Amino acid sequence: MQLLTRANVSSSPSRRPESNPFKQECHGHNNADNSLFRSKSDVAIELTNVSKSYGDKVVVDQLSFTIASGECFGLLGPNGAGKSTVSRLVLGMAPPDEGTITVLGEPVPARARLARSRIGVVPQFDTLDREFTARENLLVFGRYFGLRTRELEAAIPSLLEFARLESKADVPVAELSGGMKRRLTLACALINDPQLLILDEPTTGLDPHARHLIWERLRSLLARGKTILLTTHFMEEADRLCDRLCVIEHGRKIVEGRPHALIDEQIGCDVIEIYGGNPRELISVVGPYAQRVEVSGETLFCYASDPEQVRVQLRGQTGLRLLQRPPNLEDVFLRLTGREMKD
Amino acid sequence: MWKRYAAVLPANPWNWVAVWRRNYMAWKKAAIASILGNLAEPMTSLFGLGFGLGAMVGGVDGIPYVAFLAAGMVATSAMISATFETIHATFARMHAKRTWESALCTQLTLGDIILGELAWAASKALLAGTAMMLVAATIGYASWPSVLFALPVIALTGFAFASLAMIVTALAPSYDYFIFYQTLFLTPMLFLSGAVFPVTQLPDIFQQLSHLLPLAHSIELIRPAMLDRPGGSVGLHISALCIYAVVPFFLSVELLRRRLMC
Ligand SMILES: Nc1ncnc2c1ncn2[C@@H]1O[C@H](COP(=O)(O)OP(=O)(O)OP(=O)(O)O)[C@@H](O)[C@H]1O
Ligand SMILES: [Mg+2]
Repeated sequence: MQLLTRANVSSSPSRRPESNPFKQECHGHNNADNSLFRSKSDVAIELTNVSKSYGDKVVVDQLSFTIASGECFGLLGPNGAGKSTVSRLVLGMAPPDEGTITVLGEPVPARARLARSRIGVVPQFDTLDREFTARENLLVFGRYFGLRTRELEAAIPSLLEFARLESKADVPVAELSGGMKRRLTLACALINDPQLLILDEPTTGLDPHARHLIWERLRSLLARGKTILLTTHFMEEADRLCDRLCVIEHGRKIVEGRPHALIDEQIGCDVIEIYGGNPRELISVVGPYAQRVEVSGETLFCYASDPEQVRVQLRGQTGLRLLQRPPNLEDVFLRLTGREMKD
Repeated sequence: MWKRYAAVLPANPWNWVAVWRRNYMAWKKAAIASILGNLAEPMTSLFGLGFGLGAMVGGVDGIPYVAFLAAGMVATSAMISATFETIHATFARMHAKRTWESALCTQLTLGDIILGELAWAASKALLAGTAMMLVAATIGYASWPSVLFALPVIALTGFAFASLAMIVTALAPSYDYFIFYQTLFLTPMLFLSGAVFPVTQLPDIFQQLSHLLPLAHSIELIRPAMLDRPGGSVGLHISALCIYAVVPFFLSVELLRRRLMC
């Protein structure tokens, strides 16, 4: 059933999946969506002018954002942008040099422990206990939250089922595949029935099936009212799951907003991807007919409100492959963090 | 600064139990090997050293050498067991296996985790010390029931040495550094604490020094208990061990906070 809906959604990447019935209807059109936050208790995470340096390297730079309860908030940015550091700051695993952090109403890091008791974490790198089986991992992790063995034994089968690991319950973690480990990590993150999930690249390294399974699971968690802070490098993932997202680079916020608002603002026209030729030579051919061109690797991205014009220019050139499509978050990401930014 | 330290101290008196239980669960899987190892070790030291050296030495303070040595070996095995658990197994859980990292994502504080690890190391020390005592008892060198007083002392000894080793664990960049702790601290302590020969054999200055050593205090408590003799300054020895258990613990929490939570 869910597989069918999913297939429909993925066939039209530019359309948002059906909206979450638990979410407030007031998702507005602009980025500074203050109406989201009706009162203090509606705020899951608030960062105000947070900075963090290691040595003389500034890793998080005057970063501020607010995540509403029940919202899925995406944190995007190139490698080394500071995303995982933000997760550590939010969990109170590292103190900020400057600024204030409030998570689930608790000041962090001072009272981070109380916040963490209501948070589930999927770290970027698995920290599963290789000395134990899947079931034992859940048991040990649940005890860390002060849960009783009897409660845990009652909850573990449904979590294993949630992660589709029923048949692997008694298999040592060392013998699980990467995707199974990731699903087990997600199950562990849910052991304390958290209000807030902090997911650092939950689907990196997974095959498409496993990734779709996790997306479906995350969507059902959002439907149950959970808040998610999601770090990802998959723009499709961000587009499908996130209500709002924030792109950071060098620890600084570049933009923040709803995925489709960002696509409209930053791109706003169709894209033609051209490969098979020398991108630098092609720029001079199509450049005058496009609003913007961008080279990424061997591909020329051509942003044009009149794509026909561009196609006409390329007629007759052999060996080129053209793909015309609506703009997506990947274009936004490339534009914001790509060559243009650095020049 | 103080606020950050307060936030990582043990959150309550029972949180550490979850960490202890994790280690116990992992240990249970290889419990037989561990127990056999704990029994084999006293056999070699007591029979090898005790009877070999004993034949040459004769008696010490009016008792057979093996009887004298047995108490020293009980304390020493607690020391070694707690130390090795902390600098090897705990270091691995903190460093390579990332076990602590997952625990730090929960409602546990760093202090809870460290306390659980220390309690676990003390439990293993109790196991090792008790195995040594059992072997001594079977060959008739532990008097019943006074030997029971030695049990809490063994656990306390284990806790104190785990606590000291936790500082080394907090500071060591890699396993290679542990050898310094062993050769510069543990081995001299073995000879200065009256484990294998009486402290009175030492030059005066070393005799003074031995009053500072936790192993010496431990042996001063365990030996009378095993030989059913009246022990002196029990309060002093217990207090000394408690100081070695508590002060390094609080210090290691701060050192590990700086190392892991930066
Ligand atoms: N403990 C640390 N000590 C020194 N530098 C650090 C530490 N942790 C992170 N950094 C540096 O901070 C920067 C940001 O790292 P971070 O892991 O937050 O990036 P990221 O956005 O998660 O990257 P990725 O997408 O590759 O996971 C990097 O340059 C990294 O080298
Ligand atoms: Mg990261």
